[in-house]
Amino acid sequence: MTTLRETIPDSIEIPRPNPISRLLTAVLGVFDYVFEPLEKRFGFQRMAYIFLLPNMLIFGIFILLPMLLNFYYGFTAGDSILLGNRRFIGTDNIAKLLDCASIFDPSTCNQDRFWRGVGNTGLFVVTEVALIVVFGLITALALNRKIFGRGFFRSVFFYPVLLSPVVVALIWKWLLQQDGLLNAIIIGAGGTRVPFLLDGGWAQFWVIVIGAWAQMGFFTLILLAGLQSIPPDLYEAGQIDGTNPLTSFRFITLPLLMPTMFVVLVLSVIRAVQIFDHVYVLTNGGPGSATLYIVQYIYTTAFQNRNYGLAAAASLLLALVLMILTVFQLRLGRRVDAA
Amino acid sequence: MAQPVSSKTYSRPYAEQPRGVLAFLTRLQGGTRFTTTDIFTYLYLIVGTFVMFAPVLWLVLSSFKSERGLVEFPPTLLPYWQQTVEVEGYDQPLELYDVTLEDGTVKRLAQVARVGIMARLIDPANPEAEPVQVNINQRQAVRYVNFSLQNYQEAIQKFPFLTYLGNSVVVTVAATVVTLLINSMAAFGLSKYQFRGRDTIFLIILSTLMVPVSVILIPAFLVINEVGWVNNLMGVIIPGAATPTGVFLLRQYMLTIPDELLESARIDGATEWRIYWQIVLPLAAPALAVLAIFSVMWRWNDFLWPLIVLSRTELFTLQVGLNAFQGDLNVQWHYILPMTVLTLLPITVVFAFLQRYITTGIATTGLK
Amino acid sequence: MKSRGLFFLLIALIVLSANLAAAQDAVELRIAWYDDGNEGLVLQDLLDRYMADNPNVKVVIDTIPYPDLDKTLQPQVETGNAPDMARVTDVSRYKGYYLDMTPYMGDPEGWAATWPEAIINWMRSDASDTGLYGFMTQATVTGPFINRTLFEQAGVDIPAGDSTWEEWVAAAQQVAEAVSSPDNVVYAVAIDRSGHRVWGPALSMGAKFFERDADGKPIMDDKGNVIFTADSPGFRAAAQMIVDWHTNGLTPAEVWVSAGGQYASGRDLFTNGQLVLFMSGSWQVGALASTIGDLFDWEAIPNPSGEGGSTGMPGGAALMAFKDTDHPEEVTKLMEWLSSAEVHREFVERALFLTYHKTLTEQGVDYQTDLPSAKKSLDVFLAEIPKLSDDAWVLQTARNSFALNIGIRERLTQAITGELTLDEAIERIQQDVDEQRASS
Repeated sequence: MTTLRETIPDSIEIPRPNPISRLLTAVLGVFDYVFEPLEKRFGFQRMAYIFLLPNMLIFGIFILLPMLLNFYYGFTAGDSILLGNRRFIGTDNIAKLLDCASIFDPSTCNQDRFWRGVGNTGLFVVTEVALIVVFGLITALALNRKIFGRGFFRSVFFYPVLLSPVVVALIWKWLLQQDGLLNAIIIGAGGTRVPFLLDGGWAQFWVIVIGAWAQMGFFTLILLAGLQSIPPDLYEAGQIDGTNPLTSFRFITLPLLMPTMFVVLVLSVIRAVQIFDHVYVLTNGGPGSATLYIVQYIYTTAFQNRNYGLAAAASLLLALVLMILTVFQLRLGRRVDAA
Repeated sequence: MAQPVSSKTYSRPYAEQPRGVLAFLTRLQGGTRFTTTDIFTYLYLIVGTFVMFAPVLWLVLSSFKSERGLVEFPPTLLPYWQQTVEVEGYDQPLELYDVTLEDGTVKRLAQVARVGIMARLIDPANPEAEPVQVNINQRQAVRYVNFSLQNYQEAIQKFPFLTYLGNSVVVTVAATVVTLLINSMAAFGLSKYQFRGRDTIFLIILSTLMVPVSVILIPAFLVINEVGWVNNLMGVIIPGAATPTGVFLLRQYMLTIPDELLESARIDGATEWRIYWQIVLPLAAPALAVLAIFSVMWRWNDFLWPLIVLSRTELFTLQVGLNAFQGDLNVQWHYILPMTVLTLLPITVVFAFLQRYITTGIATTGLK
Repeated sequence: MKSRGLFFLLIALIVLSANLAAAQDAVELRIAWYDDGNEGLVLQDLLDRYMADNPNVKVVIDTIPYPDLDKTLQPQVETGNAPDMARVTDVSRYKGYYLDMTPYMGDPEGWAATWPEAIINWMRSDASDTGLYGFMTQATVTGPFINRTLFEQAGVDIPAGDSTWEEWVAAAQQVAEAVSSPDNVVYAVAIDRSGHRVWGPALSMGAKFFERDADGKPIMDDKGNVIFTADSPGFRAAAQMIVDWHTNGLTPAEVWVSAGGQYASGRDLFTNGQLVLFMSGSWQVGALASTIGDLFDWEAIPNPSGEGGSTGMPGGAALMAFKDTDHPEEVTKLMEWLSSAEVHREFVERALFLTYHKTLTEQGVDYQTDLPSAKKSLDVFLAEIPKLSDDAWVLQTARNSFALNIGIRERLTQAITGELTLDEAIERIQQDVDEQRASS
């Protein structure tokens, strides 16, 4: 086999092969014997379908098909999970979810817990994304400076991202419980015990803080990448025009960071709306329904109340909201790109 | 980007540098002297390090504590274990206490029994003598710092760590390999060919990006059942392999590879497959590396889906096993803590070795 | 070439791991199990003996935490992936999926005769059903425990056996106030976070959860669901009592408030000596015996009395066989062995369980514990069984009572945290129950 290196212009630099890519490419050579005859048969343009096939097969069977089934679940009732044993009831489930005297007061809704979940999720998304963006940006700015131990600090802030939601929840549960370290410190300083996980407001607070703690590092790295791609010349040019640090942050850093900020915003909003795992272990939606988020509502409605139809209907509404959000964000994204 | 990045090294005399807190807001970096901004930066980073690490460190420290040490309030920083002594005539070692006797003297005695607020103790040197009855407040446990592995040993007996670890490794490695392969093939197809339905397919993939798996558990289970993968690691490995995120990330990255490259390769007679694996894959290596990191994180940490698919204990992954244990009615922190440490240990070790590669990889590729 | 070898190794690894689950040699039987105390270990011990005598059979226990049990079992059972046997408390849930062991049994009539009819019928679909589907690994009855040592230390007299909840809690409160210190808060009372645990006190206070027809049968809808009503003065009184415990700080918030959407127990607090009165049930005896030991004196007390008498809730954990099994004969044989008087006796005696097995209830069992606290508690619980009200049995065995159970648990919590008033909470419980009937 001859390599194709010589066909590539010198201006394109192929990265020095690292062990992972070397292994991967070596292994992939085997497939030559499968794909060559296929290409002879179908022509090179149609190879696109062959490249797409494995992914789309798995995607279609294990993601798309369940979603379509879920769609059907949303219009049925019954306590069996087998579709054949379920009755078709039309839009009753969705109507029930939307049955509200006033959506601003969950207790007037037929499904009050659903709307509490919606409200909690809204609050969660706004505060957590704000926390992540603000602290992520500050951390990225700090890490962008020429400081001693930069690699170390970068890793430290990233480390919690690696931890599983179960582990994250257990770590904090151990810290926040009534007889935990945090309360010991507070009492030691002369305070009184704080019901961190037993009071609705506190539980909401900690769920948000822990979510930000566990995810901020990831977004910090993305923001850092954005900061590093801003050409230093611009600041120099700005200096000549008489900018001070504040104005150069306002007029150079922020605008050029916008596309990155936008990515961070989109990704953190998606993740925040889907909040479930660590809360499931930490508070399981409690106290009362203070940390009951939409996904948790769907999960408990399906698995505990065995109302799979209602749960599926709620997930359809969630999907609808997410789709609107995506379209909105794509629009916004285009505006940001254009600017 | 407005201009190409200048290769010129960037340095200026100190006098021209912005000072104070405001300098922090620009990417301009401090000179050779230590400025106020530097102090604030270090202060922030050190406090941040504490906030990021202290909870984990506290967990690790606590995991060495004795069962009794764990329920103590206020907790001690270091793990203390109670000194015990073997006394003839008693099967179990007895716990040692410093007891303040009625006459005010303090004596080191071994406790035989405790009923309510009264404790009965004997002199270990003279076990035949009459036992002493005291109020429990009049005795002070004799303790010593000990990073004992006893919790870990007992936890491993209750928690087939190696089996779970093996399953987690198999799932993570296999799933990541499959994910990288099929996602990159799909991304190649979507970014480098013109064909009917391309944009539709891409849109469908994108639209599922936002739906969390936790809401389609039941229908997904039905599908897995039809395929026959219930209680089979395949049922955990394959379904999650066609990640929308991966296809999206790789496609965006591959779009930046110039099409002329492919054209000239075709003229040289390269097959499409070889263009994929000899040109496009190496060029997309940074994005592949990032996806590999994501995939490892997702799979290692996944627990809800494996919980539904796997009900046989020999197939449990670490997360399912840990969740099973913490969800048990009897919250036994002296087992849960070491198990948690064991669960986070492998990924921490991998990270410690690859941290530079991982963090710079994500930082340079980002999500474009 | 080297890397190609690696590639095939990888493929082989994947295939191997995929087939791991399918690999079998002897007949393998799986039991899905959960643990309250040491019963899993006792069972393993018994099974080891069984496997030594029957080398062709391999029995594997898959222990799943109780809160996850039904969650994972339901999809498996409905899709034909059920384990061969499972330990379940919500026996009605999987009706229609159980294995009728009658054809494989040596002496079905004799076997059936060793169990109370109510238990055998509970596992059957309807009156015409004559199948035998499983047995009760343990009988349970709900009721409170007290920390006797704390009563003694506080110098408070233990109320008489027929006292009301009010009297018991007042006494417990006195004790808690006397023995509490700033660094060791002792709570007066706690009740497990479960609607099932509330039913006993509610029935004792005169709650009426359903109406009966002229024949005394509970009124059902056409799908066979009992029509439940949440609002009755008795239930209201019980609910108000539990809410008041929280507002007055008599009970630790850990149990009802912080547990979120799942079952929780006050057992840890009781074990730590921080709880005077602990409303739970007989299945806790084994666990309490091993965690408390003789650290302090504890014992069960009769269910407090009220307008509706004095009743706990019956119950139990059944070991059920599922008809998906490929080895019905081996399953039946194992079930017969486990439920034989001799083996079952050893099981309950070592796990400190009550039992429904008639031979054992007639002969009495000799619990293997030196703890007077455990022995006394088991005696008290045993005496509770004949006192159980008919309504309690209906609640326990109705197929849709789970909705009432969860409704009470979740809505009462909302009333405790102030999200709902008690009136609203009761309305919501009613709505939850009606909704479940409509959607089933």
